[in-house]
Order: sequence, then structure tokens, then C-alpha cells
Amino acid sequence: MPTIDVLRDRLFEMLEQKFTEEEFENLCFEFGIELDDVTSEKEMKSKAEGEERAEGLSEDVIYKIEIPANRYDLLCIEGLASALRIFLGKDKRTDFKITTPSDDKILKMTVKKETNQIRPFVVCAVLRDIKFDQARYESFIDLQDKLHTNICRQRTLVAIGTHDLDTLQPPFTYEALPPKDIVFKPLNETQAFNAEALFPYYEKKENCKLKPFLKIINKSPVYPVIYDSKRVVCSLPPIINGEHSKIKLTTQNVFIECTATDLTKANIVLNTVIAMFSRYCSKPFSVESIKVSYESKRLEPQIYPQMDPIKFTTDAKYINSRIGIEIKAKDMAKLLTRMSLPAKVIDESKGTLEVLAPPTRSDILHPCDIMEDVAIAYGYNNIAKLVPKTFTVAAQQPINKFTELLRGVLSQAGYMEVLTFALCAKKEIFDYIRTPDDGKTAITLSNPRVEGFNIMRTCLLPGLLKTIAESAGYRKPIRIFEVSDICLLDNTTETGAKQRRHLSALWCDTKSGLENIQSLLRRVMDMNGVSFDSKNSGKGYYLKESSNPAYFQGRRADVYVDGKCIGTLGIVHPEVLDNFNVKSPCSAIELDIEGFC
Amino acid sequence: RDISWEFPGAGFAQCAGRVPEMSVDSKAKEQLEAKLLSHIAAGHDVKNTIAFAAESGVNHPNKAKLLNDVVKSLKASRIVEAKQVNKQTVILSKEGKRWVKEGSPEYQIFMALEEPMDKKSLLNKMKSLGGAANPGMSECMKRRWISLDKETKLIRRLIEPSTVKDEVREQLLKVQKGESLDVKVLKILKKRKMTGTKKETWYEVSKGKEFTVERKALATDLTQELMKGDAWKKVEFKEYLMTTEPKEALVGALHPLMKVRTEFRQILLEMGFSEMPTNNFVESSFWNFDTLFQPQQHPARDAHDTFFLGQPQKCLKLIDEYVERVKTMHEKGGSGSIGYRYDWSLEESKKNILRTHTTAVSSRMLYKLAQEKEFTPRKYFSIDRVFRNESLDATHLAEFHQVEGLVADRGLSLSNLIGTIKTFFTRIGIDDVKFKPAYNPYTEPSMEIFGYSKELKKWIEIGNSGMFRPEMLAPMGLPEDVSVIAWGLSLERPTMIKYGYKNIRDLFGHKVKLDLIYNNPLCRY
Repeated sequence: MPTIDVLRDRLFEMLEQKFTEEEFENLCFEFGIELDDVTSEKEMKSKAEGEERAEGLSEDVIYKIEIPANRYDLLCIEGLASALRIFLGKDKRTDFKITTPSDDKILKMTVKKETNQIRPFVVCAVLRDIKFDQARYESFIDLQDKLHTNICRQRTLVAIGTHDLDTLQPPFTYEALPPKDIVFKPLNETQAFNAEALFPYYEKKENCKLKPFLKIINKSPVYPVIYDSKRVVCSLPPIINGEHSKIKLTTQNVFIECTATDLTKANIVLNTVIAMFSRYCSKPFSVESIKVSYESKRLEPQIYPQMDPIKFTTDAKYINSRIGIEIKAKDMAKLLTRMSLPAKVIDESKGTLEVLAPPTRSDILHPCDIMEDVAIAYGYNNIAKLVPKTFTVAAQQPINKFTELLRGVLSQAGYMEVLTFALCAKKEIFDYIRTPDDGKTAITLSNPRVEGFNIMRTCLLPGLLKTIAESAGYRKPIRIFEVSDICLLDNTTETGAKQRRHLSALWCDTKSGLENIQSLLRRVMDMNGVSFDSKNSGKGYYLKESSNPAYFQGRRADVYVDGKCIGTLGIVHPEVLDNFNVKSPCSAIELDIEGFC
Repeated sequence: RDISWEFPGAGFAQCAGRVPEMSVDSKAKEQLEAKLLSHIAAGHDVKNTIAFAAESGVNHPNKAKLLNDVVKSLKASRIVEAKQVNKQTVILSKEGKRWVKEGSPEYQIFMALEEPMDKKSLLNKMKSLGGAANPGMSECMKRRWISLDKETKLIRRLIEPSTVKDEVREQLLKVQKGESLDVKVLKILKKRKMTGTKKETWYEVSKGKEFTVERKALATDLTQELMKGDAWKKVEFKEYLMTTEPKEALVGALHPLMKVRTEFRQILLEMGFSEMPTNNFVESSFWNFDTLFQPQQHPARDAHDTFFLGQPQKCLKLIDEYVERVKTMHEKGGSGSIGYRYDWSLEESKKNILRTHTTAVSSRMLYKLAQEKEFTPRKYFSIDRVFRNESLDATHLAEFHQVEGLVADRGLSLSNLIGTIKTFFTRIGIDDVKFKPAYNPYTEPSMEIFGYSKELKKWIEIGNSGMFRPEMLAPMGLPEDVSVIAWGLSLERPTMIKYGYKNIRDLFGHKVKLDLIYNNPLCRY
């Protein structure tokens, strides 16, 4: 979940109310955000880089606040403050005023068809007569960063460019060109580059924050680019803007463009930026439209921003029954208003509610989202705690019931239960137990972050040996077991993988203890009512000498039940022990126990 | 641990008890006992058993220790009175012994400095002193035996060899003889690692109440032999110390986390919840995410959080009609929803992963339920492993256990969910719960569960919960008036709190200490 840093005093000033830390924490809890940490610029730097580096930094209190992942409208102090003001009943909803100039005056953006190959959509708007100061300017930049990391998925879905409109000459074009043909001076650079040279430059540059984004387009023969009518490069999305149109504290008119592969999200992002910063325009909450035309006719010409609220109709009966409360429609409307959701009762007798979800509440998809907001405003902790009357008869999974019983048998036999990971390293389940990998057995991972976790175990024995290696000083004999699942490839299942429940036990002492492992096998069989098949009758269990390379020659066998091989046992091969760094002899058994269920 | 274990398991007994042996030790003990008793019988007390053993003429390398054992046993039979004496004595270290033989390092350095020379050459000449060379040189300077000429950088003698007295060697000699020395001097010698300490325990021995030269044989235990007739009445039993801590029993044990799993299963079964089959660590993105209305660009579906598979890379089968309904719900919505409005990709949903939550199983079970002819209410639970592509630390593992419960019935409310959660947590010892609004792509409303931990004395986050979204249930084909309430938590967290573990790696994996498993108390709430 995203976290934002806000200056406590500035937030309280915007809320026109002071809170103790506990009061503010409670407000957050009720509203569904979380006060994660209380710190300061100095403290953060001090923790990260040491006290000396933090000398002289501000000690103003900063609140780190955790925001739900779908509430993009709370990602900056402006949005957070206005949502909390409404929640506290200090404000009513905000209405946005969109000015659309006549067709000859409206600013235009033409989308060339080549963009279809790489990043097909663009939406834009203009904020007129805006007034920045240092804090507003920083918040404006921060919000774009936060949107880029969250809803924009590291700029893959949407990338935002904001420009000083007065440095540019509309109309604009959105094109896709071969990189070497795009020449411009990128933001915060002193010289011009062509885009082909720019990428290696960024790759090499130290601490360059743009590196992760290069891969989004670097394999494409054409790169997306926005030009004004004088062929000034506004931006090379999703990488960097041009230096030419850089926003300054003195900028008055802001041109916002969002290029995207996902049009829905581009609109949400554009609307969020407008909703948060149009408040600083000379006419607060006003925005000017731009017309976007697609050369390819992929879309009809569009006027952006499109900030019409989405209408949902629901009723009090649905909301009451889903929450388990009994309140009137008009009271629900009041609660919804506190959640920044304008609502009115359109049919008193049926309790029908009409809710207009504003562009800031893109998280509202269904009346159930409205129901949730009623519940939040009502207070989750004010709802009665009622146990459902649902009558059911419980049952266990047979394999789990059997596992519980079997674990009892093994621990009664003096063995200690261990719990090892299903994730392991490839060498542990093949090389270390002297078993070749045929490539048809194990499930492999493609992107493990931790070394040593690149495959799913195909047997439990390596985990037990790893445990023994870690317990070298423990009193002997060490007797351990595990009853757990292993994974195998199987192209007859839905996913191509299957799981089997295994039992493995291991005896480690100054002598191999093979007889004890055989006795344990007998115990398990006795407890399952399976007797020894001494007469080769095909009924019961018997052992057959094996050539399993994990075990020592002449001291190894396969275990058969009713003529079917269900497992192995033997003295663990000294080379295997050595591979796991086990210094004492061990005997082990491993059985597939699903046949007992 | 040097404990000989006798293991009572039928068929598995490996180590018998130690075979008693009439060893060299026992013989020496007999001799020592005879000498000691006759010495005391002659009217002499023994002031120091170590000294007595040394002069006893008995030939055994450990005779002093053996004699102490004899005294303990005689004392137990009240034949002698014995007082234990513990003493620490200062003795020469290996180095100390060397300096007694060769002279102290400073003395050796001084004697070696026949001609003035620079520091490097002097140190080189005194290489055999090892680490003692540098401190020795400083000592010479401190004693004004030698000095460094600042201009020439040469070290030269300040006094004649005949006037030099090797004081340190004399002190060491005194230590060797056991003579007393000033505390300050002793401190310096110790600091220079020339001396060490030796701990000694001996007894002062005198006649006891039941003194006898010829010891009566005492019975050590009630044996089958002694039960014949009334033989046990005629023997005397050796004293037995009843109040010492008993030895550990050699038995098997269950793993703490699995004990908590057993208890949770029990509680959920008692609450009428049926267990779901969870034997699918490998799951398609479709069942793990898409069926749960989790959009394909959701951060949880990133390679940073989820394990994708090398093989089997893609799932082999999906239910076509259901896939179509899920796709439509994501792209266009339906059943009152406006959907996410993006292009849904079948390829993306076919990607196999290690399941990130057992909610993938719940989804399969609810789909199955929806295919039944007539809806019947269900209560389900599961406890099994889930996988996250995380870096490991004290609170995060790449695999852990998730506990999940759900109720599917007509007309269930948020109030029912809160009631169910409250009931469950009360059963595991958390009586106070409160709820915080949260976001989760597949539940609405969503609530984080906070519980007051009596162990930690504070409110902590203990789980997540919510009502499954209509966008998840409608494509399955569940009737519109059926709601599904669900909650989940990890198994590890409550176990850590219950048993006071600070690090999750002490609880799960091959590095867990066997002692912790062995000594872990019963789990009951």
C-alpha cells in the first residue's frame, strides 16, 4: 500500500483543527487510513545516512500515512485534507468547472497512427492562472511520482507530463518516430540528445532514477513523442519531458498530457491531477479542455478532461441488509456525503438512492462500494456482532484427518516433528541426493528473489537432512519426521502440476540405525492394519532391495504395499550425508501415504 | 550433552543402559577408600583430600577426583563428615613458564641490545618473543633501561647490564612456589597473560556418626531381587536426593506450528466449518487472481511479489464459458458493476504461479458450489501454505500458512461477518476485536481485524476480512441474494505471540532448534 509524507502542521492548518497524535490516529482508523510513523526530515535522514548528514535539516513533524491502494485521490496532502474535511463535516462536495472553448479556439492534439505500435492513447487538459509556491510545487511533483508508482504501474500503463504552456505553441501532435529522429534537450540536462543516444547515456549515468523505465520502450523501433507546432519536443513518454517547457514556481498556465496503454487509467490519472491542483487556479476548481483527434480514427475526436460523475442507483433495503443495520435512506445520503459521495433520495417510499460518484472516486464500481462507504461512515465498530444462523455439518479432508493421526503415531514412536520449506534449491533435490534431473519431475520457478529457492521439493528427505545438519550438537540419536506435501509435474492435471502427501523419517546416531527405521515402517504398517507379506501373496507390505542412489549399496530397499511401490528406505549414502554436511550416519524412510486414505 | 538415554519404545530400543564395568577407576576408588578410612580410624582428620590423594601412593591419573567421589559417597552413608572447600589459585601460564626459564621479555630485549639499532631491526632480532616483543620493548622504555634517540632513530641502552634486575621473573617464580604477592602485581601479570587461575575443590574429612572402617554395602534401588521374601527389610538403602530437577524424558514431540494448526482446525470444526482441499500450491493466475476480480495490472501480480513458474509455465485447462464471463466482468462489468474497463488477456491468466493465498481455493469451492442444482449454505475453512516472492527477514518468509474461513448463505451481512470473526478470535484467546476499513480487490466491504493481545498488551493487526464482491460471485453463477463472508489470517503470527517467538525463522524451516520443538508446551486456548 502506498504511503505519503505530510507535514503535520500544514495538514492541521488545512483541516483548521488540531489533533493529539492519539486523536488523529483514531480519525485515521475510522476513515480507513493508517498513521504509520511520526518522524521529521532530520530524523529520516539521520536514520538512513547517520546523524552527521542530517545536521541542520528540518525537525518539523512529518506524518507518514498509509493510503488504500485504490484511493488515488488521497495521494497528496491536498486530497487527503479535503477528504478528511468532508468526513469531519467541515466541507460539502467539490464541483469542478470545465471550460470548453469554441472549436476554433480550443487547443488541439492530433494523434498520429504510428503511436498504435507503442503507446496508443493520450488525454490532456490545461490549468489556467495557477499560483504555485514552494510547498504546492513540491506536492505537485510528488503527486505525479506517487501516481507513476501506483496506478500507472511504473509508467507502463500511464505516464504524466506537465508543462509550462506559455513556452509552447499549440496545436500539439502525439507521434511515434525512430529514436534517432527525436532530438531535444531533456529535462535537467545541459545538452541536446537524440533519443537513440539518450538511452545509453541514462543507462550509464550514476543514480539515474529513469533507468527502470527505459525498458518500457527501448525495444520498439519507434518511440512516442509529443511536439508543439514549432517541433519543440514537449516530452518523450514515458521517460522524460523536455527542458524547454519545464514548470517553474512562476508558471501560470499548465499543460497536462497523459500518454497511456490503458485509456481508463489515463482518464483517472488526468482527473486526479486536475482535482488536486485546480484549487490553486485563480478560479478554483476550473479546468480548460483540449480536443484530441486520432488520425487513425481509432477513436472519435474526444474532448478532455471527462469528469462527469458516474451515476449509481441503489436502495436502502440492499444497503441495510448487506451491512446488518436499519437506517433510513435520507440518513444514508448524509453518511455518503461525508465520504465525498454526493447522494440523494429519489424515491422516499422505496428508499431509492442516486449516488453521483465524482471523478476523484474512481474506486466506485458497483453499489457494493457505496454500501461499504455507508458502513464506514456509520462506523464498522458500531455494527452489531451477530453470528449467522447458517446450519452446516462439518467434515475434514480425509488426507488431513489421516495426517493428524499419523503424526500421533510417529511422535509416540519417539520421533520429533520438523517443518521444512516446500521451496528449495535445485541441487538439493537432485545433485545432493545423487539423483539426476530428467527435466520431467520438478516444478521450477522463473523469478525467485532469494537464492536457494528455485524449485519445489519432490521429496522430503533433503529438508530432513538440512535439519540434521543444523542440529549437529543435539543429543543422539536424533529422530525426526515430517508429514507434508511434495510437488511433481503432471500433464494430466489442470495446471500441469500435482501434489502428493509424503511421510519421511530419519534416524541419526553414531551408528546407522537402519533396523530402527525398518521398525518404524512396521509400526506405520501395523497402525494401518497392513501386515508383512512374508509369503509373496501380493497382499500386505514387503521390501525389495533397490538401487536408489540416495542410499548406501546393499542397505537400501523399496517399500511395496499390495504390489505397488509406495516409498524407499535405507542407510543414507555417505556422499549424500557429506553433501548436506552431516557428520553422523543416518537411516531414512520416505513414503507416499495417499494410498492409505 | 553427555546423557545416556534409555529409550522405552517397543522395537526401537537401541541404546541399552551403560554396562557397569569393574574398571581401573573402581579399583583405585577401593584403595583410596581403604587408606582414607584407616587414616581417620587412627585418629587423624584429613585437611585436604587433594594432598591426601597425592601422598596416598595410589597409582591413577585422576586420583584426587576419585577420592572426592569416595568422600561424597561415604558422606551419604554418614560414615564421614566432609566439608567442601573451593579455592582458586594463581598459576603460571604457558608463557609465564617460558619467562621463568628464559627471563622476562624486557630482560631478554635489553640483553640483546648490545649495539644501538633501529626499532625494526630490534624487533626483527627478537622475533622469537612473538606478541610479547612490543610490550617488552615498551616495558624497557618505561623502566628507563633503553631509549629511542629521536634524531638518529636508534635505540640504545641507558644503563649497564650488571645493574639490571629481572623483577618480573622473580615475581613469576614466587607464583610458581605458591608464595603470596601484592594484588596490583598479580593484576599486571594476569594482564600480560603470564598467569592464569586454577579452580580446585577438595574436602576436609573427619569421623561421621556411623563411622566404620569396613563399609556396609548399601542398596541403591528397590530391585526385583530385593522383593523376594522380605529381603528389602534387611538392607539399608543409600541416600537419594529427591529434590533435584528430574532428567528430560526421551520422547517424541510435535512441531509448535503444527500444534497450533491442530488446535485451529479443531476450533473451526467445532464451529461447523468444513475443510477445503488445498493440495494445489501451483495455481493458474486465473484462479488465483482473475476469478477474484483482481485486475491484471494489480501490483500483487507483479514478479516482485509472486513466484511465476519456469515449468509448468502455463495451465493446461480452463473452463471456457466461465473464462468468458470473468473476462466480460473485468472488461465491461455486469450485475450492476461498471467493471475495470481494460483489455483482459487470456495469456496473462494462464500463467501458472505458486498460489499467493488460499483464497484461490475458496474461489474454486464457490465456483463448484454455484454449479450445484440448488444452492445450499456452506461454511468452509482451510489452513495451508501460501507463497510470496519476498526477501526473508524476522517477520517475512517466502512461504507461510494461511488460515481462511468463509460462510456462503442467502442474506448474510457485514454484521454476521463481524459476529463470526468475534466468535473465532474469542476461541483463540483474543476477546476484544475492532475493525478498520481497508482495501482489497475482491472484497467489499473490506476490514482489517485488530485484536487486543493480552500477551503483548496492545492492539495488533491480526487478520483481514470482507464480503466477496458481486463481480467475483456473479460470473460463478451464484444467486444474487447469496453473500459470502470471509476472513483470513496467518498461522505463524498467532503462534509467535502465543509462544513468545520474536523471529519467524525460529518457527519454520530447517534452522529451527530441536530443543524448541522438544520443550514446546501444549497448545490449548
